[in-house]
Amino acid sequence: MTTESIAWPRSAVESRPLVQRLHEWVITVDHKRLGILYIVYALLFLMIGGVEATIMRIQLIRPHNDFVSPQVFNRMFTMHGTTMIFFVAMPVLFGFANYLIPLMIGARDMAFPRLNAFSFWMTAFGGLLLYFSFVGGDGLYGAGSAPDVGWFAYAPLTSQTFSPGHSTDFWILSLLVSGFGSIGTAINIIATVLCMRCRGMTLGKMPLLPWLNLVMAGLVIMAVSPLTAAQLMLLVDRYLGGHFFDTQAGGSAVIWMHFFWVFGHPEVYVLVIPAFAFASEIIPVFSRKAIFGYPVMVAATICIGFIGMSVWAHHMFTVGMSSAANTFFVLSTMAIAVPTGIKIFNWLATMWGGQIDFKAPMLFCVAFLFQFLIAGLTGIMLGSAPFNWQLGNSYFVIAHFHYVIVGGILFTLFGAFYYWFPKMSGRMYSEPLGKLHFWLFLVGFHLTFDFMHIPGILGMPRRIYTYEPGRGWDVWNLIVTVGVFFQAAGVLVFVGNLIWSSFRGELAGNDPWDAWTLEWSTPSPPPPYNFAAIPEVKSRRPLWDLKHPEDPDWQYE
Amino acid sequence: MSASYPTIPASDTEWILPARGTVAMYCLIVAEAAIFTIFVVAYIFYLGKSLTGPQPQTVLHAPIFLTICLLSSSLTIHFAVRSLKTGTLRSFALWWFLTLALGVVFLAGTVREWQRLIYDEGLTIQTNLFGTTYYSLVGLHAFHVTVGLFALAAVSIFSICGLVKQEHAERAEVLSMYWHFVDAVWVVVFMVVYVVGR
Amino acid sequence: MGGVRYFRCGAVFAAVTASAAPAHSPLSPTNIFAPVSTPAQSIFDLSLFVLTVTASIFLVVFSLLAYAVVKFRRRSSDDRREPAQVYGSTQVELAWTVIPVLIVVVLFLATARVIASIQNVEQPATALNVTVIGHQYWWEYRYPSQKVVTANELHIPVSDPAHPIPTVLTLLSADTDHSFWVPRLGGKTDLIPNHPNSMWMDPHETGLYLGQCAQYCGTQHAKMLLRVYVDSREDFNRWIQEQQQPAHSAEQVSEGQRIFEQTACVSCHTVAGTPANGTNGPDLTHLMSRQTIAAGAASNTLENLMAWISNPAVIKPGCKMPSMGLSAPQAAAVAAYLETLR
Repeated sequence: MTTESIAWPRSAVESRPLVQRLHEWVITVDHKRLGILYIVYALLFLMIGGVEATIMRIQLIRPHNDFVSPQVFNRMFTMHGTTMIFFVAMPVLFGFANYLIPLMIGARDMAFPRLNAFSFWMTAFGGLLLYFSFVGGDGLYGAGSAPDVGWFAYAPLTSQTFSPGHSTDFWILSLLVSGFGSIGTAINIIATVLCMRCRGMTLGKMPLLPWLNLVMAGLVIMAVSPLTAAQLMLLVDRYLGGHFFDTQAGGSAVIWMHFFWVFGHPEVYVLVIPAFAFASEIIPVFSRKAIFGYPVMVAATICIGFIGMSVWAHHMFTVGMSSAANTFFVLSTMAIAVPTGIKIFNWLATMWGGQIDFKAPMLFCVAFLFQFLIAGLTGIMLGSAPFNWQLGNSYFVIAHFHYVIVGGILFTLFGAFYYWFPKMSGRMYSEPLGKLHFWLFLVGFHLTFDFMHIPGILGMPRRIYTYEPGRGWDVWNLIVTVGVFFQAAGVLVFVGNLIWSSFRGELAGNDPWDAWTLEWSTPSPPPPYNFAAIPEVKSRRPLWDLKHPEDPDWQYE
Repeated sequence: MSASYPTIPASDTEWILPARGTVAMYCLIVAEAAIFTIFVVAYIFYLGKSLTGPQPQTVLHAPIFLTICLLSSSLTIHFAVRSLKTGTLRSFALWWFLTLALGVVFLAGTVREWQRLIYDEGLTIQTNLFGTTYYSLVGLHAFHVTVGLFALAAVSIFSICGLVKQEHAERAEVLSMYWHFVDAVWVVVFMVVYVVGR
Repeated sequence: MGGVRYFRCGAVFAAVTASAAPAHSPLSPTNIFAPVSTPAQSIFDLSLFVLTVTASIFLVVFSLLAYAVVKFRRRSSDDRREPAQVYGSTQVELAWTVIPVLIVVVLFLATARVIASIQNVEQPATALNVTVIGHQYWWEYRYPSQKVVTANELHIPVSDPAHPIPTVLTLLSADTDHSFWVPRLGGKTDLIPNHPNSMWMDPHETGLYLGQCAQYCGTQHAKMLLRVYVDSREDFNRWIQEQQQPAHSAEQVSEGQRIFEQTACVSCHTVAGTPANGTNGPDLTHLMSRQTIAAGAASNTLENLMAWISNPAVIKPGCKMPSMGLSAPQAAAVAAYLETLR
């Protein structure tokens, strides 16, 4: 059920010069614009990270290939991982959080708009600093080329002895800088959610997206700091002659691993919890039903947050910890499967008895459900320490985490793009192109990441620039590489659709999806002040209450 | 039926949410606490593991006086904020300035202590694991004290210019939360480095 | 849509179960599902259990999802009314919390048992001890009791299940992190400087088992290959005997040996019984007893030896051995000398 469009009187205003309009974007503190800046930034880096992946996959298409040198390959996997986590996934999720949270809680902006802008520019600068390493290169004052120590930069490979020059320093500094940006945004999200909700919106009446982003932000402030600390320690080692990770002086390489993974594991929940948030908004609307079990969805997410802080050493099962330590981390890792699995059941129950409409957002979210199920199950396999002693550090692990990040997070992100694109741009995207994107990407994703499990099972370790023939890995690597091109095609269709539709799409109106949360009560795109009058709400779905005055939600909650 | 804006409430029920500044400062404290936790863990882990060089037992002297100064500054800043809340601006300025002075004394004392350790005892950040972890942990804390002192100094200057009024009490309180945190960290550092670690 | 996805999952599943084929014709010489040693076997048995449980979960949930997606599609016959809004159900939610908790407990207990059986086992006195030292990008092997030092190709005795002679590896590193992974013999364990580790294996079938370094250690991580020869008792004893001898010496010092000993070769390499006693690089005393050079990167032929000596970067760019700048005849002479080191 669509509503009449509210025409913004553009024609009444003289068009401002381009320079002025760009300047407004640079100095903006409006959460919507910053959100879009984050998202566009992330999309650019998604392409760059994708190119890095394509280079690696071409190199690995057959054994003893020489498409790139080992040095270049090692930089590729380091930059691909670092880029995708810190300059694609985190920014795009912060971008959506920034855009949507004030709108969904009935606020005019985030709690600290200037901190918001500062955080974005810190993150942006971090990314540019990381990529300057390519240019800084083996030439310009010997600044050192791109880092090649892997995205988790294990000691002592990162010491001056084994990584002379400045490539590792680019890794450290760019993440340090963007880490401050991440913490700033997290503080902003928490303050916004706790302090800026509209009248009537108790925490129990807040939509799931702000709730889950609140948990995510809590994880960020607890988890990014350990990485900051470890990186400061690494700088002390590299430049002040310190010995934090200096094994020659009695230091420990393992303690870097502990510090890194104390960050690294909660980080993956930082990435996946907003993906859950998207699914929790999209699936109900396209099933025409309220989310099943809202209180448990919140409780399960909080549980995931807490337990997620205690599982980190499952990334270190092969390091030689005691059997007691290994056993503990098996227990905590398996335990976290419970609240995570519960959420899948809740989404299933939301669809159950509904009237599912397979528009592009829903297609991506349904695929997410199947794929996240598989990803969770391979996670359980990896969580069983002895099984991990075989599967760890192999292509099975790479397949598992790409299943989560691409099959889970990226799919819901695509869903979120299509779902909220009408709100952000005021226009509808092309549904046939959206479906084309979905099918291309689905085929490519499964070609690449289903078959990638097999080389892992057959003994192929990760981070190798080439491999030996006769190990049975050849045909699987070929199939994996072929899938990349389908994914690339899908992403190109996606980006083309967004760009074309921004200019030529049909006008969307306030509420093209007949949805129920507050952002759909504003014009598309919303005016800078968001709401003409700050609303008051009585239930979790204020627009449902307005559309169904005979059967409002607050009678059942 | 079209969805129009939800109507403005006629209700007069209370709707009180926490203050943004306070929430943000608590979050910052959590983040900083996480950073310090990692440095403290590293310090504890490396106790007794230095292969050579000076050991904590031989070279560290517990800085009791400096600790008293720093912890007292928590008290003085508390009085300062209380004064500001009740609007006694002169009292506020005096207590605030006293806090600043105590913080400066602490920093100066730390500098003196480090000079002794470096020149007399030969302990630098490069010497051994103890040196690395000690200077990093105490240095990180001293850095946070310094940042706090800059903020306190800025407020002192505003106060001298007559710009700090009773309505700013909440902001001063938020800043004082940071200062209390810095002091709390010192309690932990003191216990770990000078008590347990020796 | 569900059909396409099911096929893909089915393909994966079929490949997985097919790879659990018996060891005689493995899909791959490094197949984790073709164990020949007790730790690898314990892991394999556990993995079958875990796979069964996860496959069952998958089938149940997948079916429910597929059913929901098909049955509850919006149809054109649906009028404009919204379906019944169901906000939750305590019984259902309780059930699907309790059942996963039980599954987790079962999986955890099964796993804990296997951890203990691999990590906490007492080794018999008959066990063979080998110290493995990881280097960028080669493996050093020391047999302390037998006083043997060799590199890159590990020989261990076969172990009769009735009278086991396990091999216990002590894992050290001379530089950065590495990982010892020969899938058919056991799970991987890392070699970390200043953090000695230990692992054991008791292969019950002779043969050559392959693997490679599994923890990124630098530029040539990909070419730090593992070759483990499981020999019969007699073959193993003979091999030990040969390795214990000093280098075969000719009556007079060859040109190649002269070049070898006067160039910086001796600062990195050891040839027992000669002045060469460097330890930065592999021990070359019995180089010709090995089938490969450069940690498996090339087979041990005269041609490859000459290429390697002239410029290692041609075979393994980024490895730590520098080119000594020898002319072609010089390199040929040194290679000829090395060929005598049987």
